[in-house]
Amino acid sequence: MVMKQTPSQTVGPYFAYGLTAQQYHYPHSQYADGCLVTDQTQGERIRIVGRVLDGHGDVVDDAMIEIWQANAAGRFDHPNDAREARPLDPAFKGFGRFGTGTTPDNSFRFDTIKPGAIRDGVAPFISVIVFGRGIMNHAYTRLYFSDETTANAADPVLEKVPADRRNTLIATRNDTATGVEYRFDIRMQGDNETVFFDF
Amino acid sequence: MSKFTPRDWASHPSYLSPEYKSSRLRGVSRNLVEIDPELAELTGPAFGEEVLGPLDNDLTRNGRVNGEPLGERIIVTGRVLDENGDPVPNTLVEVWQANAAGRYVHIRDQHDAPLDPNFLGAGRCVTDENGEYRFMTIKPGAYPWGNHPNAWRPNHIHFSLFGPTIATRLVTQMYFPGDPLLDLDPIYQSVPAQSRERLVSQFSIDVTEENYALGYVFDIVLRGVNATPVEA
Ligand SMILES: [Fe+2]
Repeated sequence: MVMKQTPSQTVGPYFAYGLTAQQYHYPHSQYADGCLVTDQTQGERIRIVGRVLDGHGDVVDDAMIEIWQANAAGRFDHPNDAREARPLDPAFKGFGRFGTGTTPDNSFRFDTIKPGAIRDGVAPFISVIVFGRGIMNHAYTRLYFSDETTANAADPVLEKVPADRRNTLIATRNDTATGVEYRFDIRMQGDNETVFFDF
Repeated sequence: MSKFTPRDWASHPSYLSPEYKSSRLRGVSRNLVEIDPELAELTGPAFGEEVLGPLDNDLTRNGRVNGEPLGERIIVTGRVLDENGDPVPNTLVEVWQANAAGRYVHIRDQHDAPLDPNFLGAGRCVTDENGEYRFMTIKPGAYPWGNHPNAWRPNHIHFSLFGPTIATRLVTQMYFPGDPLLDLDPIYQSVPAQSRERLVSQFSIDVTEENYALGYVFDIVLRGVNATPVEA
């Protein structure tokens, strides 16, 4: 290694007008938000809703969540995923970003599709990145789905997670009047601290 | 399968840096679970020029309403590299900052310093084929915050970068050389001592434009990624 990594710093409390400007109604554009789908997107429509909680269980109202996921066929829209057998969806990029400062309960919300499994033997999941004031290094976690019991039980990444902490990665499915919703709260600390990954 | 270099924890702050109060209840407290990177980590959003507006890299112009923003015009430029020293081309760089008086446009910033009607303080650009980026902006002012008595943040610009995959994601802050507040700032000081200076930009007379603006250079190093496409 000839170069050393630039250190991370907290995103701070004032990212909203720079990174999520339209969501917060600042006069600056925003190229990714909480809606990952259009009418043309293929796959089952789902909504992801959750809150970020601190070590006291208080809701964090200045966090930013990013998600990254495969499309309904389990393919990522990126040159490193060249698997032609799984078609790209021109109406799905797979990236979303949402700050927790604009909804009444300070939740994050993503309208997306349920991703396909990216290969045989793994459960479908969404990669989640957490940023916030007080969070020195962005934290990586994963969202798995509560209605994928069989696939989750065989998933090699979930297997690496201590059994008593796996529940922190499972989003709970609710069938609501406005569609399928998965609840995914992120606990930064405490008894049920979310599992965060290093890779 | 492509691989990349690990997150170098000797270069980054600890999640729990108690001198920075907000980290105490928000920093990850349990050990991270190590996993082998697979496709999900070896891919990520690829944003290019298509997301840029014409004035996105000129913060002295993109917030104008009825005149020029006040303060000291500066140029901030540098290269985005990986740990091998290879340029990271075509990657999105987002910045946000306080105005010359040390006030953010953000509605929650209640610091008793004037907003500048002609300065927003947000911009973005995309690195070129050599990994170079360049912004024109106003030098941000220092501002007080509630972390401890008489606490002031040093002058800084917030940066957000993607790199080739979600593994190379980086959010950081750029500081200015010779700032006496650096020694007193728990956010800057949270970085291990041997790595802190990587966050301090350098004044450059070569980048400085005569009769117009001072120049600062800030190079950014991301995790190294060997981008080999994965076949079916
Ligand atoms: Fe700041």
